[in-house]
Amino acid sequence: MSGFIQQLLNGLSVGSIYALIALGYTMVYGVLRLINFAHGDVYMVGAMTGIIVSGQATRFEFIKSLPPSVQPLMLFLIILMSSMLICALLGYLIERFAYRPLRKAPKITLLITAIGVSLLIQYGGQSRLVFGPNPRVFPDIIPSYNLIPSISFSNIDALILGLSLVFMGVLFWIVQKTKLGRAMRAVSENPTVASLMGINVNKVISFTFILGSVLAACAGILVGLKNHQADPLMGMQAGIKAFAAAVLGGIGSIPGAVIGGLIIGISEALVKSIDSAYADAISFIILVIILLVKPSGIMGKHQIEKV
Amino acid sequence: MLVIALVGLMILSPICHQYMDPYILDLVMLIGINSCLAISLTLINGMAGQFSLGHAGFMAVGAYVSASLTLFTGPTVFAFLQSLGIPPSVCQVLWFPLIIICGGLAAGTVSLLIGIPTLRLRGDYLAIATLGFGEIIRVVIVNMKSVGGPIGLGPIPEYTTFFWVFGTCVIAAFVILRWVNSTRGNSLYAVREDEIAAVSVGINTTFYKVSAFVVGAFFAGAAGCLYAHRLGRIEPDSFAFIRSVEIVTMVVLGGLGSVSGAVLGAIALTLLSELPRQLKDMESLPVVIQNLSEYRMIIYAVLLIILMILRPQGLLGHREFSLKMFRLRKYTREASAK
Repeated sequence: MSGFIQQLLNGLSVGSIYALIALGYTMVYGVLRLINFAHGDVYMVGAMTGIIVSGQATRFEFIKSLPPSVQPLMLFLIILMSSMLICALLGYLIERFAYRPLRKAPKITLLITAIGVSLLIQYGGQSRLVFGPNPRVFPDIIPSYNLIPSISFSNIDALILGLSLVFMGVLFWIVQKTKLGRAMRAVSENPTVASLMGINVNKVISFTFILGSVLAACAGILVGLKNHQADPLMGMQAGIKAFAAAVLGGIGSIPGAVIGGLIIGISEALVKSIDSAYADAISFIILVIILLVKPSGIMGKHQIEKV
Repeated sequence: MLVIALVGLMILSPICHQYMDPYILDLVMLIGINSCLAISLTLINGMAGQFSLGHAGFMAVGAYVSASLTLFTGPTVFAFLQSLGIPPSVCQVLWFPLIIICGGLAAGTVSLLIGIPTLRLRGDYLAIATLGFGEIIRVVIVNMKSVGGPIGLGPIPEYTTFFWVFGTCVIAAFVILRWVNSTRGNSLYAVREDEIAAVSVGINTTFYKVSAFVVGAFFAGAAGCLYAHRLGRIEPDSFAFIRSVEIVTMVVLGGLGSVSGAVLGAIALTLLSELPRQLKDMESLPVVIQNLSEYRMIIYAVLLIILMILRPQGLLGHREFSLKMFRLRKYTREASAK
């Protein structure tokens, strides 16, 4: 029984990471009807930026002068903020230069471009000028210790769960309560009509990319803290799993992405405890089954194609 | 015409193997295998308009099935044939086309099983589902101990020759072009252009989509077999998602829906990815150019993005390469001059 609870907790913590990434997929799909293949790589850039910044930040006099109890927290905030900033910029640039020129192009063209952008970030990141081809160690800026006796559940896992909940709450507030959020929902409903109502559609789309990239950066940092390493190819697998989560929850639906992420994370952890070899395939299997049985997902709306 | 082409290849093949530089011959055969893959994918992605991202999976099925046939049953069959008094070289000539077809049939069967449920999906959903299946095939192979798991399978006897590579290519191009240009095959274009309209004029869209998928997978499997018997060793990682992307890039570069375009794309991208490796040894060149091979995937990606933004229909679009293309341009020039 404790083994089951252990896997459940592992699954929850991995699943909330998937949920954070899946939110980016689902929001972009909502406004642009595009599977943003490059999103997983934005998450990778988030983690790698964290490594680079933490290497620099530990040398700051300002950090060293802080009392030891506050130091890790301050360091964590600096890393989180800078990585979010970089990823937001990256997300904006991707949208501005790769996707915006193709606004009126067929969907397949956009999809191929997205694959191209993903490859560009992946292989660009692997070049020695950027991150280098090898996995890099993520420094333990927050010392990790176990919270619950007899079950491995560290303070990092708790941080992952807590922080993802906070970010999801903030996102929900932005989308539901602010003017920009309302504009986002309007664009995802119908971009043409939204622009007739005086909404700057391009601006809203850019904002959506930035929002998604910020969440991906956060996921990248949290994964780095948990796994103690990051590599330039980590985006692909995580991206596809998060995408599976988004589809499972119903692509375009924000609560759906969260539920989908948690389901994918937990089922992966449970499969891993039985036969670790197939853990990577389980998300694909779930993805394929969902696509075949109910392509609109758990929370998605069913769309009827009209002539 | 098919017969003439095959006879021509049969004559050309020994000449090439005799006189060509082994490196160039290897490169030419790689171009041939990639062309075969691109031709088979252009049927699915270009002509039938069903965007598939799992082509490497079918290639893997073909490669693994044919390689295991050669390795596990090949020796017994060869011994049997030799006991009948057939010389080994003839055995090989009899055996190889058989396993090319077996590899193709295996891939075709798998694609039939995958295609019937998935081809109900459209657009990007289909792309993702095929991607998922491609990865599932790879994971299954990794976990199959009998074919070497993650380490791979080898050494495989290198049966692939110039003739088999280009023979398969010619047959693939011939079959596909004859099929899509027939009266029934034209329905494929109808499915691509507007599925709902195609259904309403009484075309069995599922049948055409699935058959295009299966025929495409058949030739991908055949190409996988050629690939396995050229390299002498296969591993699951050679058939990862990135391989599918490479094939898609070839097709897209050449023009979705054009067989000659697919060949053109295969030639261009194979050269682009192989030639920089040569530059590494040339010390007279500047260091930046010497290290170009490190950046080839980046060049790939940038090429793909720029191509999509500037010329989304690819180099040739839907058209086939022919001399008429140039003639037409001359006429229009004359007309405008008048």
